[in-house]
Amino acid sequence: MTAISTPLPHDLPHDGHGHGDNYLTHGKGLMSWLFTLDHKRIGLMYMTVVLGAFALGGAFAVALRTHLLWPHQDLTAQQAELYNNMFTLHGAVMVFMFIIPAIPAVLGNFILPLQLGAKDVAFPRLNLLSFHIYCIGGLFFVYVLLSGVVHAATGGQVTFPGGFGLDTGWTFYAPYSTSKASGSVTAAVLGAFMLGFSSILTGLNFIATIHSLRPKGMTWFRMPLLLWSLYATSIIQILATPVLAITLLLLVAERTLGIGIFDSSLGGDPVLMQHFFWFYSHPAVYIMILPAMGVISEIITAHSRKHIFGYTFVAMSSVGIAMLSFFVWGHHMFVSGQSPMAGAIFSLLTFLVALPSAVKVFNWLGTLYKGDIHLTTPMLYVLGFLLLFSIGGLTGLPLAAINVDVHLHDTYFVIAHFHYVAMGSMLFAFLGGMYHWWPKMFGKMYNDNAGRVAAVLIFIGFNLTFFPQFIAGTHGMPRRYASYPPEFQIYHVLSTFGAYTMTTGLVIVLLNWVHSLARGKKAPANPWGANTLEWHTSSPPPHDNFKVTPEVGDPYDMSGWVYDQATEGWVLSDEPRAATSHH
Amino acid sequence: MYCMHSLLAEATNATFWLPKGVSSVASDVDWLFYFTYWVTIFFFVLILGLVVVFALKYRHRPGHEPCAPGPSHNNALEVIWTVIPTILVFAMFYWGVRGYMDMTIAPPDAMEIQVTGKMWTWEFTYPNGHTDSELHIPVGMPVRFVLNSEDVIHSFAIPAFRLRKDVVPRRYNKLWVQATEEGTYPVYCDQYCGISHSRMISEVKVEPMSSYRAWLVKASNWETTMTPLEAGEHFYKTKGCMACHSVDGTRIIGPSFKDVFGDTVEMNDGSKVLADENYVHESIREPSAKVVKGFQPVMPPFTKESLPDKDINAIIWYLKSKSSHFKGDMGAGKKLAAPVEKK
Amino acid sequence: MAQLTTTPLAHPVGHDAHNGHDPHLAHHFDTMEQQYRSNKTGMWVFLATEILMFGGLFCAYSVYRHNHPEVFAFAHEALDRKWGAINTIVLITSSLTMAWAVRAAQMNQRKLLSFLLALTILGGAGFMVIKSVEYKTKWEHHLFPGRLNVYNKEYKGEAKPYADLLALKNGDEEAAMGGDEVHEAPTAAAIAVPPEYVDPNAGGPDAAKIRANFAVVPGLSDKANEHLEEHLTLSSLNDLDRSRINAFFSVYFLMTGLHGIHVLIGMGLITWLFFRSLRNEFSSKYFAPVDLVGLYWHIVDVIWIFLFPLLYLIH
Repeated sequence: MTAISTPLPHDLPHDGHGHGDNYLTHGKGLMSWLFTLDHKRIGLMYMTVVLGAFALGGAFAVALRTHLLWPHQDLTAQQAELYNNMFTLHGAVMVFMFIIPAIPAVLGNFILPLQLGAKDVAFPRLNLLSFHIYCIGGLFFVYVLLSGVVHAATGGQVTFPGGFGLDTGWTFYAPYSTSKASGSVTAAVLGAFMLGFSSILTGLNFIATIHSLRPKGMTWFRMPLLLWSLYATSIIQILATPVLAITLLLLVAERTLGIGIFDSSLGGDPVLMQHFFWFYSHPAVYIMILPAMGVISEIITAHSRKHIFGYTFVAMSSVGIAMLSFFVWGHHMFVSGQSPMAGAIFSLLTFLVALPSAVKVFNWLGTLYKGDIHLTTPMLYVLGFLLLFSIGGLTGLPLAAINVDVHLHDTYFVIAHFHYVAMGSMLFAFLGGMYHWWPKMFGKMYNDNAGRVAAVLIFIGFNLTFFPQFIAGTHGMPRRYASYPPEFQIYHVLSTFGAYTMTTGLVIVLLNWVHSLARGKKAPANPWGANTLEWHTSSPPPHDNFKVTPEVGDPYDMSGWVYDQATEGWVLSDEPRAATSHH
Repeated sequence: MYCMHSLLAEATNATFWLPKGVSSVASDVDWLFYFTYWVTIFFFVLILGLVVVFALKYRHRPGHEPCAPGPSHNNALEVIWTVIPTILVFAMFYWGVRGYMDMTIAPPDAMEIQVTGKMWTWEFTYPNGHTDSELHIPVGMPVRFVLNSEDVIHSFAIPAFRLRKDVVPRRYNKLWVQATEEGTYPVYCDQYCGISHSRMISEVKVEPMSSYRAWLVKASNWETTMTPLEAGEHFYKTKGCMACHSVDGTRIIGPSFKDVFGDTVEMNDGSKVLADENYVHESIREPSAKVVKGFQPVMPPFTKESLPDKDINAIIWYLKSKSSHFKGDMGAGKKLAAPVEKK
Repeated sequence: MAQLTTTPLAHPVGHDAHNGHDPHLAHHFDTMEQQYRSNKTGMWVFLATEILMFGGLFCAYSVYRHNHPEVFAFAHEALDRKWGAINTIVLITSSLTMAWAVRAAQMNQRKLLSFLLALTILGGAGFMVIKSVEYKTKWEHHLFPGRLNVYNKEYKGEAKPYADLLALKNGDEEAAMGGDEVHEAPTAAAIAVPPEYVDPNAGGPDAAKIRANFAVVPGLSDKANEHLEEHLTLSSLNDLDRSRINAFFSVYFLMTGLHGIHVLIGMGLITWLFFRSLRNEFSSKYFAPVDLVGLYWHIVDVIWIFLFPLLYLIH
């Protein structure tokens, strides 16, 4: 609800200059950032740490892939220990510090209130707390990493109470993690606990914001699709993450006190731990992908200057995915010894949860049809997403069929599948979103050609990295192997060169962004001509987001904007708009 | 349509995607895999085609007037592209469950082999009670594996059989197979179980019943075919010792066996112990009773079932042969203890 | 391209337009009502997360209980039902005073508000005191979670196992010195099963899994022991179950411990409210913090209402 109920003419800074005061210049000094309540600044701070986490997790991945160039039939204990620590930390850092928070905490924090025409999220202080808790959780992981490094560097002389490094895999399966692992499991688990808590607070904030701060005229079915997807994500965050919290606490209690809940010799059940763990971790993968899908909806409409096809179906499919996601966790446990009846039920539900995603892909294709497609950097990421998400989703089908999954479980096929959806899809959406909203966030444009070259390189490199892994997996190459039989070498070599290619592309992206910050052209308020409310304010926005309350209409009706050659941006035309709003 | 290929209980050929499948369930698994594969190819090509065509045909270019925007919803289309995938997934689900039922329900007359996984080796106990580190099964007969772990969760995986099951401590998971073709196929551990997880590889040898029986008899009584020294070396390599103890002085996870037997060893509580037969016995049965200085107490104990006393004696001969501190006579170790009488 | 010329707005929606606004109104909300609704939504969402978190523990409880029913039936006798019941009453009363406090805030009854908040804190404190008394008796008998539990086969301490305590109480010194050797099964005369405990389904598939035998339970007065209708002895448990007794205590400590932490947090929040109420910060126009902390306190109470019967009452 806004205080002003009559529509007003818009007042947009017509030259894109910050009139001196935007959110970046409002308040100076480190403390004004670390203790800010401004959702935009919090989003940027998240961005810094999240990108750092991505670089760290990526460094581990490159190290792993380099190691895997050779079969290492004569693997030494030291190499094995190093490898096992690296794959574990790669997974833990990527999952908990990058994939889960990235889009909600970076792009969501920045854009959500803007898309609502609001001044901030419902609970700005909670938002800041969420960021600080995230950093503390990250510090726990850094401790784990350093303890492993110091232990290895001193040849095993220096040990740490509670262990050093971490080699359990990001899944922490008991009883290995609770009774055998020499890693600093407790520290890592507590770090994950903190990161989960941060995730819960973000979700809580978004739910309250979307419920309470929608402007007058923005009914649920007039919300941009990014908000639908963030809402669905937040539902999962608040319902699933607490179960992870208790699982992690139980793991700590098991490891430190020996309570025995996951230890068969003390009356517990290790498979129970898997149930608890996957009850969270499966919905978690939808926390990863739903925001990505929201971002895709925003970019694909803006950059093909076309209304989304099937708005209601796309919105409802987000909710459908969120609900169904809670009932499929057992598909990670088909071979754990759970009953065939349970297996059958999980298999059916897993197949069903694929359907809403398929609906979205077809609707996005419908959006492209007869659009005015600008092949900008964000659009290239969207097209890449469509292809990679299709492969990722379709390769979930053999994994959902139980008897085929028995053959493919815990092989490289699974690794390839989830990298196609987590990296090929989520990362592409994240990068696309970063490029799409970059002008809004920083008031600068970037070199689009460099961006496009990087996107293509990353696409090629990604496929070269992970497609061979499908084949390795169907041939039986197991996961988490530091050494392997020589017949698999060809797949690993191809994969590693793909990884190097992809890294090159990612480095170009980073340089592209740095160059933009240093020397980018000033960005207009609306470089893409989109109609969601964030484009109705200056780039970058003022501290309070809007100098004038924007008028709410159909978020995908772009007919009111005309291109202004002088600013290379879009501005609202004076003509009254034709009634072209859709649902 | 489903019934037809379950009658074809013969091996499937190796293809680009799959290795040779040599169990009775392999053909069903491979069939469904290829079904999902072609569904994937179909939809991917469709989506790729549309993406490329749309991106090119509708791309914004100077001088090109964009089309009037198309409709923004079409309920009929939504229904079609929901219903068709739904039918497909129901079909895949159904065939998957049918195939899984075949995998789960063992024939009642299956021969039982107990599989014990432990860090980081596999042990197989045959119906006659013999425990071996090699897995042999007769071809064409149902074999039921009863899986148990001594420590953490492992996973017993045989890609050629298209089979896999987790091996959980204090729980007995079951897996059955009927191998359809002779040969030797790899066995992997598929659940991360510690530092030597990737070394926990074994093999399954599928052979005719007669040679399986012959092997089992021989293996159960190694005294008939191997000298204690040869047997000791064999056990060193196959019972898991080699993963942690070298014989050339290199430190792996446990102390090297080089020059140990007959020497005085220092324990981590400061005491010094003579490394004699008793010491070796205790180190194998109760490894945490005495831990060598500078090492961690991570060695799992070996029970009488997995390593009978006579096997330990053979290992002792091997240790003697690797130690310059043993000055005794190696003669008895190099003679067959129970040679088979020539008939 | 044509640009819009504008007239400045009468009410620019900016930072400086605070005239006439309630000082409690955050800058990103337009009205107090919107802020209140938003805060309430947020609190309910948070409570949902708490329920999910405890839900995981309840799930662990039910799995353990399903797998080891005799263990639970035996071990839960070590919990004192009297104190548990008193705690329940204390907590429910404190929920009452809290709800009343919210009403007092809404009705501008400032003194009553402070008084009721103080009572609620006392209720919480009383709960924690009784809890620590209970924990102390567990301490004395070394009935801790995990490795520290006297029944745990990895236990390396010196406390006497429960069985020996039983033997001592029965005057059976010799058996008490026998470590964890089992006494002989009680004689038929010693086991006089009252008729109402005969299982009508005995022998069939519906037979009760929990068998009743007689013993005395240390920690209870003799009088209470006499009145105990259903007793269990260590000897009525088989070997496997005997080694699982620590399972019950692990679950007990995890659930009541996590709950206790939440009670302490609640007490801290209510104390903060108390001091704010002394400064007359709450009124019918602004009582949201009292309302929201009240919701939190009610959830803490509700969780205990589930914990109490599950741990203390059911056999």
